[in-house]
Amino acid sequence: MSNRQFVLACLTPLFIFSLAFLALPLVRLFLASGEGENGWAIYLDILRKPRYLNTLWMTVLVSISVTFTALAISTTAGMFLSRNRFRGRGVLLSIMTLPLAFPGVVIGFLIILLGGRQGLINQITPGHVVFAYSVIGLFLGYLYFSIPRVLLTVMAAAEKLDPPLEEAARTLGASPYRVVIDVILPGLMPSLIAAGAIAFATAMGAFGTAFTLATNIDVLPMVIYTEFTLSANIAMASALSIVLGIVTWALLLIARSLSGTTVAAGG
Amino acid sequence: MHKSKAKMLQLIVTLSACAFLFVPTILSVMAGVTANYFQGISSGLTLKWVFRVWELYADSIFLSLWLAIACLFCTLLIGLPAAYGLARHPGWLSRILEEFISLPLAVPGLALALALLQLYGSMKGFRASWTFILVGHVLYTLPFMVRSILAVLAAIDLKTLEEGAATLGASPWQRFRDIVVPNAMPGILAGALTVVTLSIGEFNLTWMLHTPYLKTLPVGLADSYASMRLEVASAYTLVFFVLIVPLLMAMQWASARAQRIAQ
Repeated sequence: MSNRQFVLACLTPLFIFSLAFLALPLVRLFLASGEGENGWAIYLDILRKPRYLNTLWMTVLVSISVTFTALAISTTAGMFLSRNRFRGRGVLLSIMTLPLAFPGVVIGFLIILLGGRQGLINQITPGHVVFAYSVIGLFLGYLYFSIPRVLLTVMAAAEKLDPPLEEAARTLGASPYRVVIDVILPGLMPSLIAAGAIAFATAMGAFGTAFTLATNIDVLPMVIYTEFTLSANIAMASALSIVLGIVTWALLLIARSLSGTTVAAGG
Repeated sequence: MHKSKAKMLQLIVTLSACAFLFVPTILSVMAGVTANYFQGISSGLTLKWVFRVWELYADSIFLSLWLAIACLFCTLLIGLPAAYGLARHPGWLSRILEEFISLPLAVPGLALALALLQLYGSMKGFRASWTFILVGHVLYTLPFMVRSILAVLAAIDLKTLEEGAATLGASPWQRFRDIVVPNAMPGILAGALTVVTLSIGEFNLTWMLHTPYLKTLPVGLADSYASMRLEVASAYTLVFFVLIVPLLMAMQWASARAQRIAQ
């Protein structure tokens, strides 16, 4: 067997597997989206029917809020943790990266323990404070999911910043505020955009958290699920999946071209 | 003065974020070992909920472990030679192939599951067996394995090493076994731990692909959240934590090690 043949033989299992279980199923999914009674006009239906359009808006809105909140929190915490050495730093860092391994379902449950009917907040505050099953619960769940991922990206970027640059700015009389705005943030920007794109894409596609919270808020993954299982509207479920897949894929492509790495989406 | 104020604010944000992430985890662990969560910790500590979980869900725990091992086996079998092939044959075709198999990282599991269901759902024997779930898990974890090995292989001068061995009369297979595999070991280890960790925690695909007789650990978790009392659900989550946290730590250690080698 020649060298070239051996290398090609090495790629064969991968080729067969991804053809059978990735390429063909995706083609089938795409074809199925056009098999409804309206044919390919189903993609226009998504934009015409208020139910789907509202869902789309809701999903984008929640995802944008999660993205910016996670960026604000994780950048602050990430800069703090990478610039300061103190006792307990390792513990804080472990606590903040631990949730990386939690699937969305578990995070949903944790939010219920926090803001559900038997939740901590409802027990320690007077009155009836239950937010787990509302859009706030969903927001907090996605935030929980995103903070560790954004944090790791920010910290990796912070290591690569050039401290003399900040010192120079300070010597030239820049206030700490101006140093952050003019030196630190621009340095972090590519990573922040990448981390933001990842956070946005994962929030758009997160199913487990929404499923556990069993919210009656229509977010895209939940609508796809109910269209498929309850309404048996397979064409619409497929069309929405295609739209969702293209959006998240495009975002992560942007993220990767800016930062070179992606943290496991999952969930 | 200004500086310390800013630092104080940073510390507060960091600590609040930690509290937000950690307090619910502690609540969950406590609820799992408390006799009656509604009455609080004063009702006493107990392991009875953990035993109850074992009675109810031992099958799903074992299924998840079995799936993780099978998934590791498949991703190694497909991913290791593939990573070698991609490393030895760089070019636009390899780039596209790598990009394509990475799609499951970006496309939500729900969409992939719908695609698999529509193509293979009518094959009843396949649809109802554990191998259907396995396909989903391999699909999702394979890119992690390939990229992890590829990163390590790309950092070493594979070509020179192999040419040396070839001059000494080593066949392609011997070179793969004696040069590529030992050199790729850090990447294989990091990839393997990632695959097992992700497979045990996978829910989005599995929820759509599973059957009532084949529930994995996370599917069982969702089931317990919906239908069991809070203590049982918490105890089950505790079991999951005990399984996943050491794996996550091992995975982070191995990935950092592989990354150092790849640089």
